[in-house]
Amino acid sequence: MPNEISRRSFIKGSLAAAGATCAAQVPLPASAKTKNGQELATLIDIRKCIGCEACVEACRDVNDFKYPQPEKPFPKMVPKRVKVADWSDEEGREVRDRLTPYNWLSIQWATVQVNGEEMELSFPRRCMHCQNPPCADLCPWGAARKLENGITVIHADICMGGKKCQVVCPWDIPQRQTGVGLYLDILPSLAGNGVMYKCDRCYNRIAEGEMPACIEECPEDVQIIGPRDEIVAEAHRLEKEEGVTIYGETENGGTNTLYVSPVPFETLNQAISKGPGQPHFDQVADQMAHADNLAKAMLIAPFAGLAAAVGRVYQASKKIGDKAGETS
Amino acid sequence: MITATTPSSDAEQKYFKPLYLSLLFIMGLTGFGQMPIFKRYYIADIPGLGWLADFYVTHYIHYVGAIILFGFFVYATVVYFGLMRKQFRLSWAAYVRIVLLTLIAVTGIFRVLKNLPDVVFSPLFTMAIDISHLAFMMFLMIFGIIFMISKKGWLTLVKK
Repeated sequence: MPNEISRRSFIKGSLAAAGATCAAQVPLPASAKTKNGQELATLIDIRKCIGCEACVEACRDVNDFKYPQPEKPFPKMVPKRVKVADWSDEEGREVRDRLTPYNWLSIQWATVQVNGEEMELSFPRRCMHCQNPPCADLCPWGAARKLENGITVIHADICMGGKKCQVVCPWDIPQRQTGVGLYLDILPSLAGNGVMYKCDRCYNRIAEGEMPACIEECPEDVQIIGPRDEIVAEAHRLEKEEGVTIYGETENGGTNTLYVSPVPFETLNQAISKGPGQPHFDQVADQMAHADNLAKAMLIAPFAGLAAAVGRVYQASKKIGDKAGETS
Repeated sequence: MITATTPSSDAEQKYFKPLYLSLLFIMGLTGFGQMPIFKRYYIADIPGLGWLADFYVTHYIHYVGAIILFGFFVYATVVYFGLMRKQFRLSWAAYVRIVLLTLIAVTGIFRVLKNLPDVVFSPLFTMAIDISHLAFMMFLMIFGIIFMISKKGWLTLVKK
């Protein structure tokens, strides 16, 4: 992980937080910096994907060292309604047809009509890396966070596995593994339930100037990566010149993963298997729009309070002045 | 005690406390609701409290509460200096509360900033904000209970 935060440094950080919130900023991880300050986005051209799963295997190979190594037996959960999530046995680790803590990218299939002909489409699905990610905004611990280069990562050393990121994610992307992480050292039965895992778009490889594994290993060049402006421009060019439709440009306020498809995404959405670990292609409104709007209202609130208070003090003082005038 | 030549702050003395406590309760409730605990511990199963398990709802209410609190803090500060300062002094317990409330507000502002698009803080700074915001609120609750038991209010009468 960039700027590695061990459990010890987490505790140190917590103590520092309580005592000195405004401490000097810690430098951003190298992977958070891009040359031009722009976020990096990927463009996935569904027309090119042949469903060979080379991207899936590449992802699993290069990220294997990040996968959870849970301690068993798992702590007894309190209350009993809290279910453990365990993908760590041999069968669980081999699952490839959905997102799991050991499979951060999966291939979805859809049978659709293209120009009157039935066609089977395949396409890789993973974290969309939102421009304003609810998982990072609403994570109560700061474990999920967005890097300056547009990648959203979940820090495995800090995550408590409360699954809030999955609940607030419009695509339910992060997946939980019980029996691993910080919660084991705090209140293992009472708080937390493991660590959430998802695609981190190979931020460590990008930091070293390498490509994400799924892009590098794809034999069909299904994905390209670059500054978001350029990726959006390319998607628009394909839309104009080749009649594709775009997904991800505006979904959830804009994501750093754009798809182009030969059929409308509404059609694609109806044709795919959806469920746990199998994301949809629905239209998604900006989930954090309320926070942006209310933040503006927060700027006005003190002035409203000031105006009300000045009026109140003026009226009360005037009243006294009037009373004094009457008695004199 | 209000004298004939002093502007009245009766309304503030009557309504400040219930408003402040209500706001603090809502902020505490929705703030703790940012952690996934209400569903886990059956609180959201209580009829009428299901909304506590909806992170977007609690987040929205928390923001609205913060807007009201910011307006209220400024209003209370100006009214105290404009209407009440001649009769009342702030107690030391009030200063403790003010310091903690300020720290909560400052860390809250940073949290709001972090949630804006295109604003990225470093991992440790983000964690520091999150944990300190929670810690200061816990301290405020603890001191609030201590002050309530020991009857330490915000204001003391000026002796003449």
